Amino acid sequence: MTIGQGDALEGFIDALLDDNAGQLYERAPCGYLSTTPDGTIIKANETFFALTGYRRGELVGRVRFAELLSPGGQIYHETHYAPLLRMQGTAREIAFDVVRADGERLPVLVNSVLERDAQGHAIVIRTAVFDASQRREYERELLRAKQRAEESEANATRLAHTLQQTLIPPTPPVIPQLDIAARYRPAGDGGVVGGDFYDVFQVADEEWVVAVGDVCGKGVDAAVVTALARYTLRAAAMQHSSPAAALTVLNAALLASGTDRFCTVACLRLHRESGGWQGTLALGGHPRPVLASGGTAALVGEPGSLLGVLPEPEVTDLRLGLAPGESLLLYTDGVPEGRDDDRFYGIERLLALVGMLQSDADELAGAVLDDVLAFQQGTARDDIALVALRVPAGAVSA
Amino acid sequence: MRRHNVNQSGRSDGQPILFAHGFGCDQNMWRFVAPRFEADYRVILFDHVGAGRSDLSAYDRHRYSTLQGYADDVLQICAALDLDDVVFVGHSVSAMIGVLAAAREPDRFASLVLVGPSPRYINDEGYVGGFEAADIDDLLRSLESNYLGWSAAMAPAIMGRPDQPELGQELTDSFCRTDPDVARHFARVTFTSDNRADLARVDIPTLVLQCSDDVIAPVSVGEFVSQQMPRATLVQLEATGHCPNLSAPDETTAAIEAFLHRIPAQT
Repeated sequence: MTIGQGDALEGFIDALLDDNAGQLYERAPCGYLSTTPDGTIIKANETFFALTGYRRGELVGRVRFAELLSPGGQIYHETHYAPLLRMQGTAREIAFDVVRADGERLPVLVNSVLERDAQGHAIVIRTAVFDASQRREYERELLRAKQRAEESEANATRLAHTLQQTLIPPTPPVIPQLDIAARYRPAGDGGVVGGDFYDVFQVADEEWVVAVGDVCGKGVDAAVVTALARYTLRAAAMQHSSPAAALTVLNAALLASGTDRFCTVACLRLHRESGGWQGTLALGGHPRPVLASGGTAALVGEPGSLLGVLPEPEVTDLRLGLAPGESLLLYTDGVPEGRDDDRFYGIERLLALVGMLQSDADELAGAVLDDVLAFQQGTARDDIALVALRVPAGAVSA
Repeated sequence: MRRHNVNQSGRSDGQPILFAHGFGCDQNMWRFVAPRFEADYRVILFDHVGAGRSDLSAYDRHRYSTLQGYADDVLQICAALDLDDVVFVGHSVSAMIGVLAAAREPDRFASLVLVGPSPRYINDEGYVGGFEAADIDDLLRSLESNYLGWSAAMAPAIMGRPDQPELGQELTDSFCRTDPDVARHFARVTFTSDNRADLARVDIPTLVLQCSDDVIAPVSVGEFVSQQMPRATLVQLEATGHCPNLSAPDETTAAIEAFLHRIPAQT
């Protein structure tokens, strides 16, 4: 459209004349008010009175702007808005609730400027007040969504911890004449369920099974496989006195489950005999345990195949004796593969530490965990599970 | 000292005067008042952890779950700078932080100046603090609405940069900003605190500066504080609102100077 003649020109002139400074002020599309530097209202436009429901005589010269705000808004006004205005001369997009004459709250956004005279003395504050009811409702929805997301995250973490506890017995059982202790440390902050597990359970009068395992991966999917591995192993150990046979059953169960996750397990069956314990150890692709005896430490067991990969895994039983004063440490790869930049904690370091310690099972497990964590500056890169066994020096036959 | 963005000026051999800001902003709250003391005093300014350009990574939710945590920080600053005979000037919640610090280590302080103090903001039986418990929830909602614009990405630019020069134009928007979680926690700790019983524990000369028309710390609360503290003097300012250090720096400075001149410095 061009403005130049006829109706268009007439309309232009009408609008121009009608929208004088007075109209512009009184009927602006926002509330507009002026206050003294301490906030006393000296002037406000019609839009402001319409928004708030007050009459001119109730506010002008009588009330400070802050007094129209909700109590929390008054605190915010004094602690944020007023200092900002004093310090930088403007305050923008400040959210307040104005308490209307009828007691209802009106969510508003305000912009203010502080005018100063030539000497820098504050003279007047001018404030534009925008109705923000719908915007604020939307913001509240966003906040609620954010809070829900945070709650969900907290719930997921809590679930992860609960799930983890079902995979890790809180304390190993008490076994007469066998000192036993365990440690478990999830990777990072423990917010994700790890794949490491251990288990200690009785299978006959004088017989016990100790298992330490590691399902590849993390999270819920890995936890499902970890649970499967743990109960399958318990059931298999009841039926088969050979740990290698029990691991072969577990291998078949993993293959049948359809999971593409594999796992490693160290399974030790212990029988109490006169003068100590006789053990049978089978490893399914698992790091070899450390046997400590008389100040030296050595790896024991045949490494064997990973479980859940081959239809016919190679797993063999190895017999070993545990005499009074001897210790055996079973652990997951989070120990030797603990990392400090590009250096690994390593087996040598583990052997040196275990060989040096002449302590009970609890101290042994604790010392190894502490050392591995210290090597990694306190944060485990991977899950760590440890079970330490020791035949007390004074143990006698059953 | 970087943790608290400590800034010192004035006479290095002068009596130390330590200014503590309240809830909301940072040490810039003192920029119209503190320089007036530089001719005679060793002037020390700092930001509470979580505010201004303090080290946000030092924010420990547990430590700062009571005002005592902030008071212990004040004592740490005094110890680190080897300050004695300290004039402590605390605004708003920092008035009570000063009371707690002086109660714990009275020998460290020569006097206290409490600007707009309130030992308890929420009304109680026989005590008018000015707010109801529900009002504090209202404040927390208000904080949430106003921190929508906060961006975590901005934080590094605002926080922990004590190497930057005096409040520059680019930082003027930031001095009342802080991490929303920190602000909420500080607000809750501040406005639900009750330190009425601590007032009587401080037996050093104290000035209570009371504003007119202060919704946060009404006149009756200022009177309560000065009655409870054994050696307090109440001075009623003409200034209105809660921040006379910004709105009436001349009157505020004059009142503090008059008070300090009446107290002989310790030897």
